[in-house]
This record gives sequence, structure tokens and C-alpha cells, in this order.
Amino acid sequence: MPHNHEPIARLGGAVKRYGQLTALDGADLQLQRGELLALLGPNGAGKTTAIGLLLGLIRADAGTVELFGQDPQRIEARRRIGVMLQNAELPPTLRVGELLRLTASYYPAPRTLAETAELAGVSDLLKRSYAKLSGGQQRRVQFALALCGRPELLFLDEPTVGMDIEARQKLWTAIRQLLAEGCSVLLTTHYLEEAEALADRVCVMTHGRMIHEGTVEELRARVALKRIRCLSTMSIDTVRGWPEVNEVRRENERLHITAAEAEVVVRRLLGADLQLRELEVQRAGLAEAFTELTRDADEASDTNQREAA
Amino acid sequence: METVMSVNEPTSLAMPRSRVIGAYLEEARSECLRYMRAPGFMLPIMLFPAMFYLLFGVLMAKSNGADAARYLLASYGVFGVMSPGLFGFGVSLALERDGGLLTFKRALPMPPGAYLLGKMLMAMAAAGGVILLLLTMAVSLGHVTLGPLQAGALLLTGMLGVLPFCALGMFVGTLIKGQGAPGMLQLIYLPMSFMSGLWMPLPMLPKFLQQIAPIWPSYHLDMLAMAAVGLNKEALLPHVLVLVGFAVGFLLLAARRLRRNG
Repeated sequence: MPHNHEPIARLGGAVKRYGQLTALDGADLQLQRGELLALLGPNGAGKTTAIGLLLGLIRADAGTVELFGQDPQRIEARRRIGVMLQNAELPPTLRVGELLRLTASYYPAPRTLAETAELAGVSDLLKRSYAKLSGGQQRRVQFALALCGRPELLFLDEPTVGMDIEARQKLWTAIRQLLAEGCSVLLTTHYLEEAEALADRVCVMTHGRMIHEGTVEELRARVALKRIRCLSTMSIDTVRGWPEVNEVRRENERLHITAAEAEVVVRRLLGADLQLRELEVQRAGLAEAFTELTRDADEASDTNQREAA
Repeated sequence: METVMSVNEPTSLAMPRSRVIGAYLEEARSECLRYMRAPGFMLPIMLFPAMFYLLFGVLMAKSNGADAARYLLASYGVFGVMSPGLFGFGVSLALERDGGLLTFKRALPMPPGAYLLGKMLMAMAAAGGVILLLLTMAVSLGHVTLGPLQAGALLLTGMLGVLPFCALGMFVGTLIKGQGAPGMLQLIYLPMSFMSGLWMPLPMLPKFLQQIAPIWPSYHLDMLAMAAVGLNKEALLPHVLVLVGFAVGFLLLAARRLRRNG
């Protein structure tokens, strides 16, 4: 049996402009069969545009866009995908079972209603009107719509926004189950822990380009930093000399330190400056990691800074 | 068993024709269900022209003879049929583009046209409802004498005649998103009705308006409706052709915009 390394979804140097704004500026993306790729990036990075191209919703100004080796605007290609978009107001008066039945009718060999409902955890909602559901329940129904056609590739755009922790865990379980069946997933998310929990590979976008691609561990290494802030009179050169410190800067009286092992640094700080006040330690969020990645990317390519994110 | 099977080509790809047809039917069924459950959208669209007819076609115009009553029924029928086409189709499209439903459906492998066909059937049903409502009022309150064939012909004219207005509504729905669409459609609906002689007979309008009346699709539909109730003996084919051309033209324009911009 020949091994097939053809990507099932691919962007090659894709460019998309909206008037003056360049939403995608030569974006490259390859999704292999059976993997979950998480597409991360700040708002306005071009994630939605990238997804829109792969779904055939918009056309690229330049570059190639392929879904199963075909133009995504061909219905044959889209019969192999399932879609969960960020905001789609579904017909409010239809019942969940009716929505599932309608969506399943678009596919050649869909799952049975019971199977879909079971997988997505909506079995108890089938008779309810969509409008009467809570936000989290509606998201679960949208997830059910995405998988009802037995797709080979799932597009999940911010699937767990508005879900509580338990619902999120359940959705993750269902996604893992689909992956185990050989389904591929392209996931966009703001939650790093979601990417950590699910993704084989992570791709970080900003300003319409991919600036970091690699395993979750590689990204985690960049984001596992902590931020320490305090009011201190110590000189930044002293602090910078400590081996645990990655970066330090001063804004007025306040020291901003970035370090992987915050505890060690805090101990040294407290020992060195008895007048130290207003100590804060924070895990660097994904947003900050993006900002850093973005800044690196900007400096590397020497592009002008845009408006602050 | 399987002779040809490559890794990239799963066996389940082909969509049997019966399933494609099934998808069209499901779409139409869902479209009808959702609006029947939410009468707040379609009901005003149907009742507005009916109320107009009741006021101006029945109550205000009592003593003008049998022909006049039928004349009013036909022209208000056309006025009534335009409403589900323009608003039922155009406004729902504009709202669904705004709410992201259309984007979602375009991403799904919905057969092309199923969405539009569903809306079209819905508009045809509503147009049929309007005509039946008007017929009921005409016969019971307006003392209109109408044979069953004439009534049937008017009903058919209305249900098919809604289609060019669906196309126009669809085009406007692709130009304007969300809440702006109803206002824009009113700006088309009311003046066009007036200038086609639906409220007042054309001969009573200024000469200039009489001359440009054939521009409006509602004028041509009015000619057909008049024929249905036995008041127009001229050739009908030109009017039919104009309406078909109008429908196809706006449908193509709208489809092009939808494909490009969503």
C-alpha cells in the first residue's frame, strides 16, 4: 500500500486583500491526514481568512488553495469536510433533530442521527428548539452538525468559546475519538490549553503569515515563561545578570522580569531588595507569547510596526 | 471486491442522485417549517397587501360595477404577490447573510440552489396565500363575480408571478446586509406598484408614467393578472417573456454577487 504524503488541505503562498488591508500575505499551511493542527494567532492575524479560503467561501488573490487536491469551491471536495464556524445563527425555530437531519442530507454517507447525537453529547436536546438552548448547548449542536456527515476533515473555528469547563472537556474527548477514527482536524483557538490538549502540530499566525510552526512542546517552551512585576530600586543590570532571568526592563519604578522559573527569581529579589513592594507573578498568556513572536517576526523582517494589537 | 481504491479516494465520495434530491427536499422542508413556526415574519408580509386591498379595493370602491371590482382584485393581487417575493426572499436573505447562516451553508456541501429553491417555494406558498386571502375577501365582501377557472388562473399567475420579485429581492438582499434591506425594498416596492398602475388605473396617471410603465415587471404581471380575470384579451407571451427575462437577469446578477462576496 503506497504511503500518501499529499496534504489533504493546503495553502501555498496564499494572498488575500480587502481593499487596502492585506489579510493574508503569503500564507503557507499543510494539513496531513489524521493529524490535528491548531491554528493560533491574535485577532486579525488572518486565521478566519485562511479558513475561509480553505472552505471556498472566498477566493485567493494569489497562491494556491487546495482541499483534497481540489478547488474548495467544488462541492465534491466539501462533501468530505465538516464545519463549525465561530458565529452562525442557525434557524431558531428548528429543532435540534431537524437541523441534524437537514445537514446530514448534504452528505453521501452520513452518520445516523443517534450516532451523531451520542458523539456530540446532544442526545437529550434532539426535540428542543435551537433558540431555547443555552449558548454552550448551541455550540454542542454546532459541533454535532460538523461531524454528522462523517467527514474526513473537520474545521473547528473557536469551538469551545462560551462553554463551561465540563462541556469543554467533553468536546475534547469527542474530538480525540474522531481523531482516533482517522479524521483530521484544523482547529483555531484562543486557548493555549486547548491546543496543548489536542494538537499534534501548532501553527502561529500574525499579520497574515505563519510565523511559527512546530509541535506543541516547541510552542510551550516559548510560552511557559512567567512575568514578575514589582516596585524596586534595583538596577536592571544586576537582575539581568541572574542566570534564571530571560528578560528585564524598567518602566518608571516598576521592574518587569520574564523568567521560566519565577520562584527562584522571586527568592533572589526578596533577598536582594528589602524595600521591594507590590510583587506580582503571572504566567505569560498566549497573547503575550504571540506578542513576543510577533515582535520577533517584525524585527526579523524589518517591517514597520502596525497598530498595537 | 473493490477494484480501484487509492488512499486519497475514499469509496463514499459519490453522492447518489436520490440523496441529492433528498437534500433539496430537506432544505425546502426546513425552510417551510421554520417560517410556519415563526409566523411573525411571513404574516405581516402577507397581511399588509391584503389590508390595502380591503381598504382601497373593497371598502372605498363599492359602486363601480363588476368589471371595476375584478380589475381591483387583479391589480391588488399583483401588489400582494410582490410582497412575499421582495420581502420574504430579500429580507430573509439579507438577515441570513448578516447572521452568518449563509456563510455556514456555503461552507457545507449543500447542493447549489437548494437554499434558493427552498426560499422560492416558501415565497410561492406565501403568494398563493395572499391570493387566496384576496379572493376570499373579493367574493365575500367585494361582490366580485369570478368563475372557478378565473380564480384558478389568478392563483397560478400569483404563485408563478412571485418569482421575478424573488429574484429582485434576492439581488437587493445581496447588496444590503441585515436591517437595511427592508427600507430599501420598501423604496422599490411602493413606487413601483404605484407607477405600474396597481393602486390607481394607469390611464389616471400622468402621461409620462404611463409611457414608462412597461419598464416595471409589476406592469407585465398586472397584464397577466388582468387576463386571468378576463379583462385583457391581448397577447400574453410578450409579458411572460419579459417577466422570465427579468427573473433570470436578476437571478444571475444575485448569484454572481453571492458567489463572489457571500
